[in-house]
Amino acid sequence: SVNPDLASERQTASFCVEKLTALLDGGAEQTRMRRAVVEAIQSDPVFSRENQYFQSQNERYEAAVRKAVHLQKKMHEMGWTENGPEYKYIYRALSGDVAFLLHRVFMRSISVLGSDKQIAKWIPLATQLRLIGSYAQTELGHGTYLQGLETTAVFDIATQEFILNTPKISAMKWWPGDMGRSATHTVVFAQLYIHGKCYGIHPFIVQIRSLQDHSLCPGITAGDIGPKMNFEAIDNGYLLLKNVRIPRENMLSKFCEVRPDGTYVRQGSQKINYFTMTTVRISLISDEVLIPLMKACTIAIRYSVVRRQSKLKPGEQEAKILDYQTQQEKLLPQLAAAYAFHFTNDYLQELFGRGYREIQRKNFDMLPELHALSSGFKAVITHHCTAAVEICLRACGGHGYSLLSGLPSLYTKILASCIYEGENTILLLQTARFLMKCFMAASAGQPVPPSVTYLAAVKPGKCPAKNKSDFLSPDIYTEAYQHVAVRLISSTAAKLQDLIQSGAKKYDTWNQCTVQLVQAAKAHCHYIAVKNFAETVEKLETKAGIQRIMKHLCDLFALHGIFSNTGAFLHDGYISAAQMDMVTASYLDLLAVIRKDAIPLVDAFDFTDESLNSALGSYDGQVYQRLYEWAQKSPTNKMSPAYERYLKPLLHNTLSKL
Amino acid sequence: AAAMTMNADLRRERAAATFQPLLLTHILDGGPERTRRRKEIEALVFNDPDFQHEDLNFLSRSQRYEQAVRKSALMVMKLREYGIADPEEILWFKSFVHRGRPEPLDLHLGMFLPTLLTQATPEQQDRFFMPAWNLEIIGTYAQTEMGHGTHLRGLETTATYDPATQEFILNSPTVTSIKWWPGGLGKTSNHAIVLAQLYTQGQCKGLHAFIVPIRQLGTHEPLPGITVGDIGPKFGYDEMDNGYLKMDNFRIPRENMLMKHAQVEPDGTYVKPLSDKLTYGTMVFIRSFIVGDSARSLSRACTIAIRYSAVRHQSELKPGEPEPQILDYQTQQYKLFPLLATAYAFHFVGAYIKDTYQRISGSINEGDLSELPELHALTAGLKAFTSWIANAGIEECRMACGGHGYSRCSGIPDIYVTFTPSCTYEGENTVMMLQTARFLVKSYTQVSSGQQVTGMVSYLNDLSSQRIQPQHVAARTVTVRINDPASLVEAYKARAAWLVEAAAKNLQAELNHRKSKEDAWNRTSVDLVRASEAHCHYVVVKLFAAKLPEVTNAAVRAVLTDLCLLYTLFGISKNTGDFLQAGILTSAQITQVNQHVKELLAVIRPNAVALVDSFDFHDVHLGSVLGRYDGNVYENMFEWAKKSPLNKTEVHESFHKHLKPMQAKL
Repeated sequence: SVNPDLASERQTASFCVEKLTALLDGGAEQTRMRRAVVEAIQSDPVFSRENQYFQSQNERYEAAVRKAVHLQKKMHEMGWTENGPEYKYIYRALSGDVAFLLHRVFMRSISVLGSDKQIAKWIPLATQLRLIGSYAQTELGHGTYLQGLETTAVFDIATQEFILNTPKISAMKWWPGDMGRSATHTVVFAQLYIHGKCYGIHPFIVQIRSLQDHSLCPGITAGDIGPKMNFEAIDNGYLLLKNVRIPRENMLSKFCEVRPDGTYVRQGSQKINYFTMTTVRISLISDEVLIPLMKACTIAIRYSVVRRQSKLKPGEQEAKILDYQTQQEKLLPQLAAAYAFHFTNDYLQELFGRGYREIQRKNFDMLPELHALSSGFKAVITHHCTAAVEICLRACGGHGYSLLSGLPSLYTKILASCIYEGENTILLLQTARFLMKCFMAASAGQPVPPSVTYLAAVKPGKCPAKNKSDFLSPDIYTEAYQHVAVRLISSTAAKLQDLIQSGAKKYDTWNQCTVQLVQAAKAHCHYIAVKNFAETVEKLETKAGIQRIMKHLCDLFALHGIFSNTGAFLHDGYISAAQMDMVTASYLDLLAVIRKDAIPLVDAFDFTDESLNSALGSYDGQVYQRLYEWAQKSPTNKMSPAYERYLKPLLHNTLSKL
Repeated sequence: AAAMTMNADLRRERAAATFQPLLLTHILDGGPERTRRRKEIEALVFNDPDFQHEDLNFLSRSQRYEQAVRKSALMVMKLREYGIADPEEILWFKSFVHRGRPEPLDLHLGMFLPTLLTQATPEQQDRFFMPAWNLEIIGTYAQTEMGHGTHLRGLETTATYDPATQEFILNSPTVTSIKWWPGGLGKTSNHAIVLAQLYTQGQCKGLHAFIVPIRQLGTHEPLPGITVGDIGPKFGYDEMDNGYLKMDNFRIPRENMLMKHAQVEPDGTYVKPLSDKLTYGTMVFIRSFIVGDSARSLSRACTIAIRYSAVRHQSELKPGEPEPQILDYQTQQYKLFPLLATAYAFHFVGAYIKDTYQRISGSINEGDLSELPELHALTAGLKAFTSWIANAGIEECRMACGGHGYSRCSGIPDIYVTFTPSCTYEGENTVMMLQTARFLVKSYTQVSSGQQVTGMVSYLNDLSSQRIQPQHVAARTVTVRINDPASLVEAYKARAAWLVEAAAKNLQAELNHRKSKEDAWNRTSVDLVRASEAHCHYVVVKLFAAKLPEVTNAAVRAVLTDLCLLYTLFGISKNTGDFLQAGILTSAQITQVNQHVKELLAVIRPNAVALVDSFDFHDVHLGSVLGRYDGNVYENMFEWAKKSPLNKTEVHESFHKHLKPMQAKL
């Protein structure tokens, strides 16, 4: 039965939860399909995650391999294909707990970087899992800065082979998933040398394990890199190469080829490849970032209406902790951010879809803008959502700290997203470089891409708000965000300009302005996120109930951003001190309004109990019973050898010898 | 591996420092003699083969618990063997043995024994103290329940007195009343001090403490009527058997209620305790310990991140030149140096509270409790303030180490998961902030009614006298010199006063609109927390600045002054809105502050490694491959990884179980 404290929250929803779910899924048909996939996966005991909090790294890895193998069978049974519409829901239903994820990256890189002949040779083998692939780019000494990679591939004309080496310890490949124990092949990125000349980083297919007995191939040293904060199921690996020879045909050669005589040939445009890399940053947002945040919000908010603590009014029952303003102020802005970034993601997906179609037509004009948006939003969204999940974790007090709450695992997983696919600070600086260029262009009256046209129309002035309700107007707050973005971008550009004119070296100048540049890039992304949320709300006019609650969330997202960064808005007096008090008042009022719909808003994310895997967050709210039941299953409750070995002698007073 | 020489980058960094790290270490330890003694104890532990073991990262939770119990048992014996009895020295020894991690006897040593000393009658001490001292009795302190934590009055466990048998009957009447979380409860302890609602003669007399045997001496089996076990895996605390305890009509003799203060007589008559303020003392002590722990944990994380940033090279700053140390990037300095400054600031705050507590504990023993309320309010807030910031700071340090920070070999994940519960235990942080706020509002009300207040809140006295327009919330005008710590302290003071006044006025406005005090308080609580934070921030800045003139060595004083300025100015640049809105600083000054922060980053850069060396963490204690003193990071990451459990066999068993059969079928 559902805990009455949770049940009562559902009776007062101001909107239809099912309709909001459909909106999030992109249509009722999508919702139906997603539920069917989730049901098929979660009803199959092989995919159970029931005991995962109790398992060792070895057990988790084995389970992931077992699931990956079983998934092949399941997909066949269900008639699902890798290119089918169901595919994206499978990974979600598994909560990522499955091996061979890098196998997909391996296949994709061959498809993108390989010649037709190479595709014809390798893709069928990989599709049938006759080999297991990985993708070895990152090294012990180098990550985001690819030019610094130290692995070498030297072409030997005599044998028509490349000789691969990791010449020093920092060159060792480090981190690639599936490589520690599973992979038989991997795409290795190495500096290509022909006749002693370096041609830069290129991809090579290298076999690392025997297809017969899985033993390591000659010249290969590989293994697991050891325990991490999460991803216990994944065998992130290391790889040492010592004079490993591979045939000339194993260099992926869609764009660059080494001819038998050692001639190096470039062919075609790399820009599509560049676009693909940019797309990866966007593709991770939904599954790796938004879903964990939505789960964390679901768990923390449901728990906060079940947990009662202390009294708000004398003589009454203890209050639900969600009724405390401080608890609302922790959780509800995170919920608003989850929705805001969901719509940002929709916007980016749409934009990239358009970009893709343009690129197909050989029009590469959108590329710089897409690159800047994907870098900036990857950084801003991963950073924001990671912090948000941690807030949810800590908002659940002691019980949030138990693995059984599900929150520690969500947190340790999402925080990796701040690092992989480009370290966030570096990505923000890339966005900033784009913004600086566009600002200069706009100032000179040249055309700029659509997302930055606002830089050309700089309006001086003050925020026109007269009372606190004015701050519930999207025009008012969107303008404010725009103003701050323009101010930070223009002042940073001016400072760069000043330093260069004072005779400083260009690279020095850049480094001296990086802190400001990062702030400018963040302000730009924040502005677009707010603007996009407001525009999305406007388009919901046919769905009155949903539009109303989404408007509240949009207001909250925007005002929370101002409230937590008041200085940026006060700095040049755009918002006055008196107006800032109105912002605060409006913001705090909104918390109480959204509080009423908090449970329906997380219910709309539509997670099954299996996918939440949380003793605190289940739909029925039976928190304490579940916590007690699950704890009893802990392996530590089997008799520990510690008693016989150490406690018994201790308790039986062997200390008396002192 | 063969003896390795020191990494060239780190050698260069150390040679370039402008001060002697040892002198700063002495300041942190409280004198050269304390440093010498600490290192002596460190050597005792780290040279002792009994305390060496496999890297804990590769062990299962059960194995880690077992190692911890083994070491704890030895630790107790050796402490007595060496005659170490000074509380601080015991803490050092314990921290070295367990490498800064919690251990199963923590609650026995830290709560069970001290509670017996302060709350047991002489008769009870005779019965329990020596057996507990000799570890025939291992006890824990069972307060928190599944349904209630910080709000103690809500606890549901009952102890009902039965005069017929002169026994208390203990019950956990609901699921939520099951004792949950106490350390050492799950598997280690055979006794627990249980906090329960006392019922006698049909009346509830509130929470009292009872000594409850839970496991059979000899067999260690749970006693009839007792259900006890481990609460399962957590984020961290793998060594600790945090436990649950459910009692069903479990009877204990009347004499097992701790009766030094309150008593139940044989006929069931209840005798009230004289004062409840005494328990403040213990809370102040533990919370001040958390402030120190915030400093220590953040120092560890900074040591790792800064050393690693000096060893790691990446990308290019100048075209054509070798890749620079990542510590040369402004963005990296901006992430790490303010945290380094924070670690120092918190260290001095921790030392201040400890000294203050020791200073006034004499008067506490003589029954003079007049200074306790302020100290209690201050430590509640500072506990929350420092632990929140250290918690976030540790994560920033980890993030600054990129991908390798995510590996357990970096040691930072462990620091984080060990530290983060301190935001919750010993009083949930938001609740703590609101307690401080209550004191601030009370002080403000006193000032408004014409009374003077003293201590750290005395700045509130200035509010009413200097107020020109009492209806307006506005800051006192201060002329701020951004190079002068003392002047910056004034700016922080003005900000605190401004926010305290704003919160107090908002609270009053809510009260004018509504009837219920609680409701008004709740609707103002976000403002109140902000006010407390600003007050605590001011205290930290003030104490840091006050430390500088005490430093006699000029070189050390210079570098600490840089750190103090960075801490103070960075705090302004992160909270510019408050200073602008209150009219304490102008936009032009804010721009100067932001610029000065960046200049200070460059000033501190040459001393960064020496400043973390001064924390003087032994490599074994630090437990980090990235943070090694010798900087040989990459070689040792490889050595470490080879020991991973997944690498036990050349071909993993999953190949034979799953992969091979699959490939055979295809």
